Amino acid sequence: MMAVDIATIWAFIIAFAVFVYVVMDGFDLGLGILFPLFPAKADRDVIMNSVAPVWDGNETWLVLGGGGMMAAFPLAYAVLMPALYTPMIAMLIGLIFRGVAFEFRWRTTQSKRNRWDIAFAGGSWLATLAQGIALGAVLQGIHVEGRHYAGGWWDWLTPFSLLTGLALVVGYALLGATWLVLKTEGELRDKAYGLSWSLLFAMLGSIGAVSIATPFLHIQYAQRWFAWPNVILTAPVPIAVAAVTILLLRSLAKRQDSQPFFLSLALFVLSYAGLGISMYPYIVPQSITIWQAASPENSQIFMLFGVAVLVPLILGYTAWAYWVFRGKVRPESGYH
Amino acid sequence: MFEGWDAVALARAQFAFTMSFHIVFPAFTIGLASYLAVLEALWLWTGREVFINLFNYWLKIFAVVFGMGVVSGIVMSYQFGTNWSAFSDKTGPVIGPLMAYEVLTAFFLEAGFLGVMLFGLERVGHRLHFVATLMVAIGTLISAFWILSANSWMQTPAGYALNADGQFVAADWLKVIFNPSFPYRLVHMVLAAYLTTALVVGAVGAFHLLRNQNLAGPRVMFSMAMWMATLVAPIQIIAGDQHGLNTLEHQPVKIMAMEGHYESHSDGAPLILFGWPNQSAGKVDYAVEVPKLGSLILKHSLDAPLAGLDTVPRKDWPPVPITFWSFRIMVGMGFLMLGLGLLSLLMRVRGTLYEQRLLHGFAVAMGPAGFIAVLAGWITTETGRQPFTVYGLLRTAESASPLAAPAVGSSLVAFVIVYFAVFAAGIIYILRLMAAPPHPGEQGPSHDVPTRTAGITPAAGVTSAAGITSAAGAAATEGAVR
Repeated sequence: MMAVDIATIWAFIIAFAVFVYVVMDGFDLGLGILFPLFPAKADRDVIMNSVAPVWDGNETWLVLGGGGMMAAFPLAYAVLMPALYTPMIAMLIGLIFRGVAFEFRWRTTQSKRNRWDIAFAGGSWLATLAQGIALGAVLQGIHVEGRHYAGGWWDWLTPFSLLTGLALVVGYALLGATWLVLKTEGELRDKAYGLSWSLLFAMLGSIGAVSIATPFLHIQYAQRWFAWPNVILTAPVPIAVAAVTILLLRSLAKRQDSQPFFLSLALFVLSYAGLGISMYPYIVPQSITIWQAASPENSQIFMLFGVAVLVPLILGYTAWAYWVFRGKVRPESGYH
Repeated sequence: MFEGWDAVALARAQFAFTMSFHIVFPAFTIGLASYLAVLEALWLWTGREVFINLFNYWLKIFAVVFGMGVVSGIVMSYQFGTNWSAFSDKTGPVIGPLMAYEVLTAFFLEAGFLGVMLFGLERVGHRLHFVATLMVAIGTLISAFWILSANSWMQTPAGYALNADGQFVAADWLKVIFNPSFPYRLVHMVLAAYLTTALVVGAVGAFHLLRNQNLAGPRVMFSMAMWMATLVAPIQIIAGDQHGLNTLEHQPVKIMAMEGHYESHSDGAPLILFGWPNQSAGKVDYAVEVPKLGSLILKHSLDAPLAGLDTVPRKDWPPVPITFWSFRIMVGMGFLMLGLGLLSLLMRVRGTLYEQRLLHGFAVAMGPAGFIAVLAGWITTETGRQPFTVYGLLRTAESASPLAAPAVGSSLVAFVIVYFAVFAAGIIYILRLMAAPPHPGEQGPSHDVPTRTAGITPAAGVTSAAGITSAAGAAATEGAVR
């Protein structure tokens, strides 16, 4: 029973790390996705400066998700990574291009600056698509034999995984647009408001499409969502999505700068909870549960001490860093 | 493409390639973060402007290097799973937590305070900003602690047991973390990072002294760097010797490969200076050797017997030619560093540290020596561990992912193209930043907008010339430049 509890705690810790990654790097990847729509150099400088001090911390959560999974669920890590080989490599390469662009675009001469702007946008698109495709590939199931991935290296590519890939692009773009509403002023903010409207509807369409497609992947997903008495627990999720949507539409209509970003995050929370409902207790859907994949108890307990002490500390100083750079970013007060 | 290739060999090539690129950045940022903390502390303590100028000058370089270190590091953290999934499954319960602690105690600390360090001097005040710098510097050192613990465990595994699934599990975490080679490797690597940084800083200082001996910034940084070379190079040689003795105790086969000892010597082993290890024949061709010196160095006795690779089954042999030569390159670099340190000390005593053009030329040439030594050292220790990933316990061939060669080969090609394109650009930007001397009123990354055109384009000559005259004035008033 003890082991069961700790594995479940760790499943929530990893899920938390991945979620923090999604919401924190999500908006700065979203800025890269929207970059081509903001061709003016002044706008691009403001956009970059709005995340320059924090992007590195945002990506650290991805390392915690990966490293934590290797430590807490080594079998799942060992099965998922080869199964998601191509999307993972694509994501890493995308993150390289966009990550170096933060510094490189200031270091190159003016005429060539555009090159790193392209790297920033292209890398953000590639990394986001790859993450969304990886998510779809996990949901649709992975061919496992013994303790190994036993499929081919193109198994991940299906219409469903492409759908989830595009859905994530839309979702991150919405986070990016509402982040700009929060952090900018003037014409840039006006444009961000316009984008937020269209992206919100695209996001709702994506949530709908993925939600409709998922139950058809496996009968277990359908039972999880629609069978009695589960429906008592699952029904509030779509209801909450509707409620958040109404609030979000209102805040966009009233142009309350500080709200759309956090309400968009709420949409992510709900979508993520929906994913959790579909997957639990599997870490590799339909083949490996969190208990089968779990590290020995002493490994998980050893790390639990660290997490219990350090994660609150990390959240504290991360919040401080955001606080230091709070408020609207103005072109003349660029960090760079 | 890559049909019929060996997937394990391709995966090894990929790890070697991505790791070699990556290690260069942290080796530099570990040292540079500490250097920046020292510069800021000196500025806060003495109030001398030259220190804040140097701080801002190196901070811009740090920002570029750190970014490259982060993105190449994310690749490493996922590559265990993508290319070495069997290794991850089997060792995850032991080294996974070490890496998780690295993320929790080091990466977040660095990343969390980096933004304030780079852009926040005006926003948070001097003291709090210094705390941020210090946190980043401490973070790099904590990171070295955990990752070297994990690596050392693969070299000298301890405190483990095996479970029913064939996984390594921890029996005693303290023994896992403080495994036998860890203290030696940690000291050796951190000193290497400091030396590497000192040589880069010294080379940049020397480069500008060659053009103008009166610049305050280059004088200060050259002097500081040469102190580091003088003091740390000899310590590093002693630390390396101790590390070698530890390796002899725990990984004797690696020492045989480093020394080219294919044959056992019952009555004192020679020190093979140079030669061409012939792996198939099991001997070193064209060997230039000093009789008995090998035993003297390794056993501290002329006639001590030393076993050779002839006592080890051939399937357990490391690739001797690579290990043998990379070791010699590392040692050669170490002695060149010692030479630079001693020469600079001599010139310092004579009072000609800032005038000796030959010394400056030597220091410029030694700029990349630290990186070469670090890479050669890592190649020595990693190839010397082969054919195992966990020394003596888990073979490299049994560690790889069940992937077809085309998958591994394509990703290798992708990484090679991307790394050369991206990191070559980064290195060019760093060299450009280094090519301009630090000047009075140097701005950090946060205030680059007004000065951006200065310092990064050829047109900067005008502002630089203006900077030089005022810098000379500053140097004169400084007087006490060491």
